[in-house]
Amino acid sequence: MDSEITLRVDGRRETLSVDTRTTLLDALRERLGVTSPKKGCDHGQCGACTVLLDGRRATSCLTFAVANDDSEVVTAEGLAEEDEPHPVQRALLDNDGFQCGYCTPGQVCSAVGMLDEAKSGWPSYVTEDLDESVELDEDEIRERMSGNLCRCGAYANIVTAIREAAE
Amino acid sequence: MKPFDYQRATDADSAIATVSRDPEARYIGGGTNLVDHMKLGITEPGKLVDITRLPYDSVESLPDGRVRIGATVRNSDLAAEPVIRQRYPVLAQALLSGASGQLRNLATTGGNLLQRTRCSYFQDVTTPCNKREPGSGCSALEGWNRHHAVLGASERCVATHPSDMAVALAALDADVLVAGPDGQRTVPVTELHRLPGDEPEQDTVLRHGELVTAVELPSLPFAVRSRYRKVRDRASYAFALVSVAAAVEVTDGDITDARIAFGGLAHKPWRATAAERALHGAPATEEAFRAAADAELAEAETLRDNEFKVPMTRNTLASVLRELTQQEGS
Amino acid sequence: MTGATRATSQGPERVEGRAKVTGTAPYAFEYPVTDPLYLHPLRAGIARGRIASIDTAAAERVDGVHTVLTHHNADALNPVGDPELAVLQSDGIDFRGQLVGAVVAETPEIAAHAAGLVDIRYERLPHDSEFRDDANIVYTPDADASPMLSPDLERGDVDTALAEATHTVDVTYTTPPEHHNPIEPHAVIATWDDDGLTLHDSNQGSHLVRDLLAPLVGLDKERISVIAPHVGGAFGSKGMPHGHVALTVLAARRTAGRPVKCALSRTQMFELVGYRPPTRQRVRLGADSDGRLTATEHDSLEQTSRFKQYAEQSASASREMYASPNRRVTNRLAALDVPAPTWMRAPGEASGMYALESAVDELAVRSGIDPIDLRLRNEPEVAPVSGLPFSSRNLVACLRQGAERFGWHERDPRPGTRREGDWFVGTGVAAASFPSLLFPGSLATIRHESDGKYRVEIGAADIGTGARTALTQLAAEGLEVPFEAVELRLGSTEQPNAGLAGGSAGTASWGSTVVDAVRAFRAEHGSDPGEGVETTAGAAGNPDLGKYAMNAYGAQFAEVRVHADTGEVRVPRMLGVFAAGRIVNPRTAHSQFLGGMTMGISMALHEHSVVDERFGHVVNHDLAGYHIASNADVGSIEVSWVDEHDPHVNPVGAKGIGEVGIVGTAAAVGNAAHHATGVRVRELPLTPDKFLR
Repeated sequence: MDSEITLRVDGRRETLSVDTRTTLLDALRERLGVTSPKKGCDHGQCGACTVLLDGRRATSCLTFAVANDDSEVVTAEGLAEEDEPHPVQRALLDNDGFQCGYCTPGQVCSAVGMLDEAKSGWPSYVTEDLDESVELDEDEIRERMSGNLCRCGAYANIVTAIREAAE
Repeated sequence: MKPFDYQRATDADSAIATVSRDPEARYIGGGTNLVDHMKLGITEPGKLVDITRLPYDSVESLPDGRVRIGATVRNSDLAAEPVIRQRYPVLAQALLSGASGQLRNLATTGGNLLQRTRCSYFQDVTTPCNKREPGSGCSALEGWNRHHAVLGASERCVATHPSDMAVALAALDADVLVAGPDGQRTVPVTELHRLPGDEPEQDTVLRHGELVTAVELPSLPFAVRSRYRKVRDRASYAFALVSVAAAVEVTDGDITDARIAFGGLAHKPWRATAAERALHGAPATEEAFRAAADAELAEAETLRDNEFKVPMTRNTLASVLRELTQQEGS
Repeated sequence: MTGATRATSQGPERVEGRAKVTGTAPYAFEYPVTDPLYLHPLRAGIARGRIASIDTAAAERVDGVHTVLTHHNADALNPVGDPELAVLQSDGIDFRGQLVGAVVAETPEIAAHAAGLVDIRYERLPHDSEFRDDANIVYTPDADASPMLSPDLERGDVDTALAEATHTVDVTYTTPPEHHNPIEPHAVIATWDDDGLTLHDSNQGSHLVRDLLAPLVGLDKERISVIAPHVGGAFGSKGMPHGHVALTVLAARRTAGRPVKCALSRTQMFELVGYRPPTRQRVRLGADSDGRLTATEHDSLEQTSRFKQYAEQSASASREMYASPNRRVTNRLAALDVPAPTWMRAPGEASGMYALESAVDELAVRSGIDPIDLRLRNEPEVAPVSGLPFSSRNLVACLRQGAERFGWHERDPRPGTRREGDWFVGTGVAAASFPSLLFPGSLATIRHESDGKYRVEIGAADIGTGARTALTQLAAEGLEVPFEAVELRLGSTEQPNAGLAGGSAGTASWGSTVVDAVRAFRAEHGSDPGEGVETTAGAAGNPDLGKYAMNAYGAQFAEVRVHADTGEVRVPRMLGVFAAGRIVNPRTAHSQFLGGMTMGISMALHEHSVVDERFGHVVNHDLAGYHIASNADVGSIEVSWVDEHDPHVNPVGAKGIGEVGIVGTAAAVGNAAHHATGVRVRELPLTPDKFLR
């Protein structure tokens, strides 16, 4: 069953008719040709599909496109300016925080969302004192970024990059 | 996945009416479990009613000291809520130990409560499972059951409930507010989920068409000192092998009140009433902690791969109580 | 804790870095094609038997279904010696999850839905999927299983030496099946039109894919293009084309030129693209009172599949590692009704060195000799079995430098004596070794475009290794032009033939090719070439091949914490020191070592594909069930390397670096866990339950 929806994707307004079964991830990749979010597991178990959905990081594989009518989606592609990558992307480049690159756009969106969450004072499971403001040390970054698996094993460089970008 | 109709609910009454009269209709919230199940072929709704725009998205402190959490409040928002962090740290920690940041941003309070077991055989439609297909048999009973139940299981099903949040809610004696075609009712969270018995296909006591609208936390002053400890195979982003939610009140070195629940051990969040009774009035000592654990675990029945859960639970409970009582004493 | 050592200030940034961090680098499934169809595979629900009937009528009735492919209507394929590629050629079932058909439809949703409507009935035969030491299933691998190494080796008199040894260990280790799980699932888009067959494929060598597919489908090689500019991880699982490629090609043959897209699901990857086989390894060591090995015995049993043999001979790790006058190595296989295993990062060495280096640690504990010292005492002068000199061997330097950096001398050797809060703390060490290989036959084209700009083409693969960047560097260096003046193209059969990205041989094989092709270009066109001139050439042979034993080495150090109550295991700190010849690009090389060590931590703590023998399948077949290390599981990892100039290995002087980083990691972690707790776990992975007390 098809349904017409409107999405804002990386600043562009897109109106399309989707099968209700189509996930947001598949709508982006297969219908709109926006392939920056990746499909690594399709079940919310790897984080490669992470986008910023209405400003918050979210796994785009576990939400139907039709449920996101009128939503704002920002991908790693949309985070970069014409000639300058986003500071998180710049830091990943500087620190070689990726290898095959397939989990990378998800890492980027997740890191950008995560930095906002930390800035808003959101705690994590490793936050010692839930009443205090959050200091984003390496253990905090590791915990908060654990929803993005990287099989090439770039975690140590990713953490360094995010620390740099956070400064 | 079979084709389905999608509707966005604008008011609760019509949503409840729509789902109630259509046996193939389901509510959908954040979708992190239901979408997964639809992809896996575990469930095939003909209609989804999206409840995320219903006005259940706030956390309110009530005049009597209770706190009401709307059913569509996202897990991440709830964990960040100051009243939760200050008064119910066990709940904030439980939420934060679950899934990942990007999933917690989607997942709702109601959906988290109603998520279904992660038993590998339940999730694999090519293997028998009584929960998924009543009467087909339980593959886990004599299969891979590392993550399975040691308390309250049946021959029909040894699955565990995967929620962390629900374990904290069970310890806190939370209530679940439910609206249905026949009006509203309140279900204590400890009675929401069922043990498998002969009907493992029934996860909860909810009837078709009933909608979780809110969760209410009692005013429980000593919960300010509470903790959720999750033991898992990965340091993060993994389901619990064993988890402990606990709040204790210590007066003059003796435990005067305790609330304890276990995760990863049963088909439901396991409220550890025997452990609580054992602790009541006992001195805050290692011996008492272990005796309390033993009281609760006396009935445990282990399977091929999950014998470790008994000592792991005992040790984890002792560890949490040690930490909480030391904290209290200092 | 601090992050990884910053070696990243040296060496150019990845050429394709910008495209990767923005997500605009196209992977196989993302290639824009017109009017595609989507393929959803059908898989066997039994582990052995045959298909009795397959009813596709309901699926075919679904709106938008183009074709349902089964063994009844699939075209014949020519035998090419790889049973995995012979899809839909019979009704036989050799393993659960085997490809038995496909639904091809207008959208992925329709294809998936219709696939669920296909009714397959089977005639079951009894299957055997239980890995064990049982004469009914165990055999000695064919000699051609691993052409470089015979399965068995015997030197001296091991039994007498063991009987007379002052210190002995006799221990058995097991390693579970492990799956590669690159984050990009295997994917292919096949287009079969008047121009021939075009594949956008995720692979480790486009030429190899073409070389196998051409005879399979009976097309001239020239009519097949295989394109894979970016590959989202592979680790061996994309080395050989698997059945889904043949299946998609079969489908594309009947869609009148419409492209057919197929991406395996994560769950399907647990059955269709190989895995590291489980092993059971017995290691017996005998040493004199000074800790000098008098006997080394290593017997390995590995799983293979009944329908396709795979042998990685993990006991071979003990052939040349340490001096030992008496030595016995045996490799056996257990053949089962299971999917075929394949190469996975450091095949053989990862499992074999886990056992050997754990056993050496046990010998150190038993003999009271420091584990580093024990290794130093058993350093061979020449390669022990072949008697060849080493082209270079700097294991001693790795161990010594590592010990210094890691603070090894402060270590109290007594296990279970250090505790910080709730955590037992320990440290461990292990050695690493990986052969330096070189695959001949690659060609590169060097072309002068204009104004000092060059284009270099080689059909190599960059699976995340940084090959594109390192080869650009080598070309620029040889041409004596700036890095930016070279545009390097790889990943496709449009470029000259190049071998597989495997065996850690990329920089050696392709790098040597580029270096020699640049020389040939200069010889032909001089230092001031005209516009558009080009030269295609391969690498000259290496005269030192066969005259030296050539290996990369490393020393792995780990600090491990084990929670006193829960048994949780953490690795807050690791150090790897490697000796791998010339490091072409320190930035990307650092990542290669780091990645190997990280995967090694994952192997040590998490990875285990659990087989349910009743069904013959992997039960935990997704990324929630099969754990790979998450960010929180990986602490500080320091990577360094010793300066090593090796004139013999190849013209570049580079040894492989992609695999040696995983070798020894699991042993170092296990040895440290023993040091922390006094508990010796001999079954990977080191999950919390194994340390509960």
